[in-house]
Amino acid sequence: MSAREQWIAFLTLMVKEIRRFTRIWQQTLLPPAITIALYFVIFGTLIGPRIGSMSGFTYMEFVVPGLIMLAVITNSFGNVVSSFFGSKFAGNIEELLVSPTPNYIILSGYVLGGVTRGLTVGFIVTLLSLFFTKLQIQHWGVTIAVVILTSVLFSLAGLINAVYAKNFDDISIIPTFVLTPLTYLGGVFYSVSLLPEFWQKVSLLNPVLYMVNAFRYGLLGVSDIDVRWAFLMLSCVIAGLFIFSLHLLKNGKNLRS
Amino acid sequence: MNSDLPALHIKGLTKAYDNGFQALKGVDLDVMPGDFFALLGPNGAGKSTIIGIISSLVRKTSGLVSVFGHDIDRDFPRAKKDVGVVPQEFNFNQFEKVFDIVVTQAGYYGLPRKLAEQRAEKYLRRLGLWDKQDQRSRMLSGGMKRRLMIARALVHEPRLLILDEPTAGVDIELRRSLWDFLREINEQGTTIILTTHYLEEAESLCRRIAIIDQGLITQDTTTRELLAQLDKEVFVIDTREALESCPQLDGYGTQLIDSHSFEVVVEKGQSLNDLFAPLTARGIHVSSLRNKANRLEELFLSLVNGGSPSADSPPTTSGLKEGGP
Repeated sequence: MSAREQWIAFLTLMVKEIRRFTRIWQQTLLPPAITIALYFVIFGTLIGPRIGSMSGFTYMEFVVPGLIMLAVITNSFGNVVSSFFGSKFAGNIEELLVSPTPNYIILSGYVLGGVTRGLTVGFIVTLLSLFFTKLQIQHWGVTIAVVILTSVLFSLAGLINAVYAKNFDDISIIPTFVLTPLTYLGGVFYSVSLLPEFWQKVSLLNPVLYMVNAFRYGLLGVSDIDVRWAFLMLSCVIAGLFIFSLHLLKNGKNLRS
Repeated sequence: MNSDLPALHIKGLTKAYDNGFQALKGVDLDVMPGDFFALLGPNGAGKSTIIGIISSLVRKTSGLVSVFGHDIDRDFPRAKKDVGVVPQEFNFNQFEKVFDIVVTQAGYYGLPRKLAEQRAEKYLRRLGLWDKQDQRSRMLSGGMKRRLMIARALVHEPRLLILDEPTAGVDIELRRSLWDFLREINEQGTTIILTTHYLEEAESLCRRIAIIDQGLITQDTTTRELLAQLDKEVFVIDTREALESCPQLDGYGTQLIDSHSFEVVVEKGQSLNDLFAPLTARGIHVSSLRNKANRLEELFLSLVNGGSPSADSPPTTSGLKEGGP
C-alpha cells in the first residue's frame, strides 16, 4: 500500500472507531460522567470538608486530577478491549485482516479510537468538575502530555487484553482484578505520603501512581514523585506495549489459525 | 502485468493445524485469468483452508501461493489487493448501516472516500440493495446479507473473487439471480473461484472444476471433461397411464418407482431416442423425463468415495443438498 492508501485506511478505521462509541454514547460517555460526578459529590462535597486539606489543597481540589485520570484510564482501556474483542467475536475483524492494511495501521487506528474516547470522557469529567471546584492549570504541557500518553498506554493494554481474550469473561478480568486495584491504590484519592514507609515503597511499583501524580503536577503543581520518572516510565511502557502488540498482530495470535 | 500468469498459483500447499489435523497434504492448483472455477469437496476436505490461506486468515505450513504473480510470502499486501473474499458465515458488523459497511471496506483498501462511495453505490445497486443502504445490516434478510457480503468483496474491484458457499441458504430465485450476476462479472473479466455444495451450481456456472478430498486435489479438469467420465446416468420417466409392471426395454436396466413412473439406466453410447419407440409400441405415453440425480453429484460421490464413476454409485444425493427444482 502506498503511504496515501495507508493514511486512508488509518482514517477509515479511526473514524469507524469514533463512530462506534459516539453511536452508543449512552453506554460509553454518559455512565462514566455520572459515576465521576457522584465521586465529586460524595468525596468532594460531602466527605471532603471533613478530611481537610491534602498536599496543601482542599480535598476536592486534590481528588479532581485523580478522578479525571481514573476516567481516562478506564475508558481508553475499555474502548479498545470491547471494540476489538467485539470485532473478533462477531468475526468482522476479518474485514481488516483480509485487507492489505498493515498491522501498525490497525494498531494505530484502534489506539487512536481509544485515546479519543478516553480524552472525550476526560474532557466531560473536567467540565463537570468545574461545578465543584476551580481549576487553574499550572503546567499545560505536562497536563496534556501525561493525559495523552496515559490514554495511549491503556489503549494498547486494552488491545493486548482483547487479543488474548477468548470470551467476554476474559475482557472483564483485567479491569476488575488488575486495573481497578492499581487505579484506586495509585494515589487517586490520597497522597502516598500518608502511607507507612513500607507501603510508600510498594506503591512506587504501581505505574498508575506515576501517571496520576504527573497529571496532578500539571494541574496543581504538586506531586508525590518526580515527574521526569513518570515520563520515562510512560515512554518505556508505551514502546514495550506497542512492540508487543505488533508482534501479536503479526503472529495472528487468536486471530489467524 | 503478464496476462499468462495464473490468477492463482498453488504449489505443494500444506497445512497442519495446531491440534495435529493435516488439512492440506500438498495441494497443486492453477486458476487462469478469466476462469470460472469450482472447488468441490466434502466437508472437511480442505476447501475453506485453501481460501483462508489465500485471504491470510489461515497460515500455511508450507508451499507456494501467488495471486497474479504476487507471492504471498514476499508481498501479501499486493496480492490481497487482487483478491475479494465472500466468506461462508456473515461476518460484518450487525449494527452498522449497509452503505457504511461497504464504504469502510473500501477504505481498508486505501480507496479515497468519494471513490469508495461511488463504488458502494454501484455494487449495492447491482445487487439490489441500494434501497437498503441506510438500514442496519442486522435488519436484512439472509439473502440480502449474502448479497451485502458480495458487494463488500467487490468494492475494491479485485481481479480474483473467491466465494465460499455463496448461495448456501438462499432461495431458488435469489440463487438464480446471483448466478446471473456472477456470470456477468466473470464475462467482464473477473476470475471467479467458488466452493459449493450445490453441485448443480458448479455444473451450471463453472468451466473448470477441481475436486479436493482429504487435503488432496483428486480431479482438476474442465467441467465437460469431468462429466464425460460419467458412463451411465439414471433417468426417471413419468407416464400418462398407470403402469401394471415395470416396462422391460432391451439393453436398458429399468426399475418401477410407482404406478406412474419408473427409472431407466442409460449407459454411455446408448441413446435416449431408442427408449421411446418400444414404449410407444406398448402404448405407454411419456409425460416427462428427468435426470434422477444431478450428473455432477453422481460423479462427485463416486470420486470422493474412491470408486470409479461407473461403479454402482447411488443415484441419490445423500449428504448433499438438491440444487434446484
